[in-house]
Amino acid sequence: MNLTLKVWRQKNSSAKGTFETYQLDNVDVHASFLEMFDVLNEKLINEGKEPVAFDHDCREGICGTCSMVINGRAHGPLQNTTTCQLHMRHFKDGDTIVVEPWRSKAFPVLKDLVVDRGAFDRIIAAGGFVSVNTGQAPDANTIPVKKEKAELAFDAAACIGCGACVAACKNSSAMLFVSAKVSHLALLPQGNAERYSRVLNMVAQMDKEGFGSCTNTNACEAECPKGISVTNIARLNREYLAASLAAQKK
Amino acid sequence: MALDSKIPAGSLEEKWTRFRSTVKLVSPANKRKLDVLVIGTGLAGASAAASLAELGYRVSAFTFHDSPRRAHSIAAQGGINAAKNYRNDGDSTYRLFYDTIKGGDYRAREANVYRLAEVSGNIIDQCVAQGVPFAREYGGLLDNRSFGGVQVERTFYARGQTGQQLLIGAYQALERQVGLGNVQMYTRHEMLDVVIRNGRAVGIIVRDLITGEIQRHAGHAVVLATGGYGNVFFLSTNAMGCNVTAIWKAHKKGAFFGNPCFTQIHPTCLPQHGDYQSKLTLMSESLRNDGRVWVPKAKGDKRRPEEIPDAERDYYLERKYPSFGNLVPRDIASRAAKEVCDEGRGVGTTGLAVYLDFADAIKRLGQKVVEARYGNLFEMYEKITGDNPYQTPMMIYPAVHYTMGGLWVDYNLSTTVPGLYAIGECNFSDHGANRLGASALMQGLADGYFILPYTIGEYLSGEILAGKNDAKWSEFDEAENAVKSKIERLFSIKGKHSVDHFHRQLGKVMWDDCGMARSKDSLSRAAVEIRKIRDAFWNDVRITGAPNELNPELEKALRVADFFELGELMVQDAMHREESCGGHFRLEHQTPDGEALRHDDQFMYVAAYEYKGDNQQEAMHKEDLKYEVVKPSQRSYK
Ligand SMILES: Cc1cc2nc3c(=O)[nH]c(=O)nc-3n(C[C@H](O)[C@H](O)[C@H](O)COP(=O)(O)OP(=O)(O)OC[C@H]3O[C@@H](n4cnc5c(N)ncnc54)[C@H](O)[C@@H]3O)c2cc1C
Ligand code: SF4
Ligand code: FES
Repeated sequence: MNLTLKVWRQKNSSAKGTFETYQLDNVDVHASFLEMFDVLNEKLINEGKEPVAFDHDCREGICGTCSMVINGRAHGPLQNTTTCQLHMRHFKDGDTIVVEPWRSKAFPVLKDLVVDRGAFDRIIAAGGFVSVNTGQAPDANTIPVKKEKAELAFDAAACIGCGACVAACKNSSAMLFVSAKVSHLALLPQGNAERYSRVLNMVAQMDKEGFGSCTNTNACEAECPKGISVTNIARLNREYLAASLAAQKK
Repeated sequence: MALDSKIPAGSLEEKWTRFRSTVKLVSPANKRKLDVLVIGTGLAGASAAASLAELGYRVSAFTFHDSPRRAHSIAAQGGINAAKNYRNDGDSTYRLFYDTIKGGDYRAREANVYRLAEVSGNIIDQCVAQGVPFAREYGGLLDNRSFGGVQVERTFYARGQTGQQLLIGAYQALERQVGLGNVQMYTRHEMLDVVIRNGRAVGIIVRDLITGEIQRHAGHAVVLATGGYGNVFFLSTNAMGCNVTAIWKAHKKGAFFGNPCFTQIHPTCLPQHGDYQSKLTLMSESLRNDGRVWVPKAKGDKRRPEEIPDAERDYYLERKYPSFGNLVPRDIASRAAKEVCDEGRGVGTTGLAVYLDFADAIKRLGQKVVEARYGNLFEMYEKITGDNPYQTPMMIYPAVHYTMGGLWVDYNLSTTVPGLYAIGECNFSDHGANRLGASALMQGLADGYFILPYTIGEYLSGEILAGKNDAKWSEFDEAENAVKSKIERLFSIKGKHSVDHFHRQLGKVMWDDCGMARSKDSLSRAAVEIRKIRDAFWNDVRITGAPNELNPELEKALRVADFFELGELMVQDAMHREESCGGHFRLEHQTPDGEALRHDDQFMYVAAYEYKGDNQQEAMHKEDLKYEVVKPSQRSYK
């Protein structure tokens, strides 16, 4: 297939970016979207031009590194699919495809399609963990966990930290990401002791990082490649309320 | 230099306990004065950095990724072994130890492997306490399943995303220490050299991947946890960024490299489909629990799989290995697939694929159960290939997956350079010539959580009086200048081809001539070819952009440059090892029925290589392996 690509090019975080248009011919329908970019880059290098910088690593939909807004949609047109798992068979010969980076104040563009998602790490560092030092743990089967609970926790823990939820949200809210972690740990007995401090600290850090607030548009859920549900946001709100009340009582 | 593996005295069962009760300790007040640099924050690095920081050491951690959560460990699917015997099926520390030694084809060190089995249970405890959502049974207790090469169910798993959940656990422990100010985290920083002074590791040189700035970091010890080097084959199941650079630089500065040619080829990967292909995707080996592997009995049978009646199918693993069937170890399953394809019975457009069929499992268990067990893997398969494995068999083929070779380490996980440690996949490891499924995660976390934090004390206790290491020392100048001039040299070539162009060529040579089957001829050819490609690279590569900016082409070039040198060493090692063992199969050394033929009388040792300078043949040192408990025999899975 032959394609026209409009790709965001930006030299660094302080430069002004623009779209560049590239013609790419004979793309194999079985290639992945990133392999299509490899072919484009090889072509650019052969022409003596600078290839497009983009983030990627596992190319299996699990590391959360890849991050492209494709025709206005984070990770492209397919549901539950990361950019690296999107294949060219879902496009048509002659298509024009527009590719941009995640856009959010909290995720500054570093170059071309590469953004800085360090804010997510800082939110985790603020409270997204169970405080248990190495060697302190009791035998793993000491605390049984109901299968349904464990499965629910897993559904939330499946978040890959890609940031598509932020990119998809008109307010750049990080609520889906934060709620996934809060839910994962709040649903398990192991996370219980720090339940309240965790949610308060993570939300405080989220606000500090400059993410917008949630107005329940559910755009995040629609674009999340791992199917993280907005019911997690509802749970976060409940946890937050309970934690705030508990803090006032003290 | 004689290799000293520093194995503690005493019986196998006593060694580790004895070591822990006698190892020198560092007082809490002194720990605060000691800097440890941890390079790599996958399972091994993140668990080590977090544990060391919890103990009170000052830790700096480095990763080339934008977050520790991206490390390649995230991609592990199948599970993690532990000798918990929760199944009451006769598992024990000894049995896990024995299976690992046997699975490794008797090329691993007994003492290390026993210790690994000993701490395996603690890993599960630790991870569960962190909130890792392992699979559970209806009663709320942990579930287990079996994995290739063993007859007990000891594999803990978290759907098909075990690596992800374990890494997130370790990442969260690490970020907690970052938040507490005990770990200084450097993301998007790539280590490009280690600094040695008076024979000891005192720091590293790193490149800030965003600004291109070359930085110096001094520390009392350097811990490498930088993963495997399977990407020397260009196509592998490894993530795109996996590389050998950190350990290769350490090797060139004096750390011996153990068993470089021991590569694991995984039997269940998606076959290659085009030239533009950038990587191969693994389908978890757990699929072999319920899937049946077959090819048509007749050569060149082009019928669709559904049209081939049972009687005309060859379930070759079940036929050749009746007691293990589809669950034989990886090296055996891979070679058997290659064999039937070489006979012309392979399937798919290229003839380089075999079927993995779930029709019987679906009949026996129902689609619901199969979906619960493998749903996400089936989905992934369909996403990539466009085929629905509930309706038509999967097509699979072996691919490079894991490297058992790596930096040689002693019982303390120290390399031959004092102060320089290697943990996780990047050391030459406990897996001998072949790793069992679900044992890499176990080893990475054992090293990081439960072994290194103890063993490193032995060295660091001696560093308390040494004072602070100083990044102004001339050794840092030299190392930094060497890195800078290498980068300048790459830019000055201004050739015609991209880095990938050369990497792809290297990969093809490695796969064809130093891959699943090796011979004197193929290896001699490889040695010549690699040198040609390497020379062409240094004359004709084109690095676009500039050094002082985010520059993925430069990053690739620096990694590929090291892959060439590593490739040459792998060939040298494969050539010298005139036997077949585990993943290393020399055509000249096989039994009459085509199984690997070891020569224990000549090769029961770890080959540890010493770098001797540019373009010099490396010197080989032997660590003889003594089997005091297990009696080596020819592996049989029949
Ligand atoms: C697809 C797949 C599935 C697997 N499934 C299983 C399984 O089910 N069970 C099992 O036991 N094993 C499995 N394995 C193997 C296992 O995942 C790995 O061996 C293991 O995770 C390696 O962990 P590690 O911490 O040693 O390295 P990695 O996770 O690879 O981490 C390496 C770290 O080093 C950093 N790094 C590397 N070089 C540099 C440098 N120069 N400078 C700075 N940082 C650097 C990286 O950024 C990263 O943080 C699988 C492997 C693959 C490929
Ligand atoms: S919630 Fe979904 S979209 Fe957001 S970071 Fe996690 S996986 Fe990505
Ligand atoms: S590259 Fe890992 S999720 Fe896409």
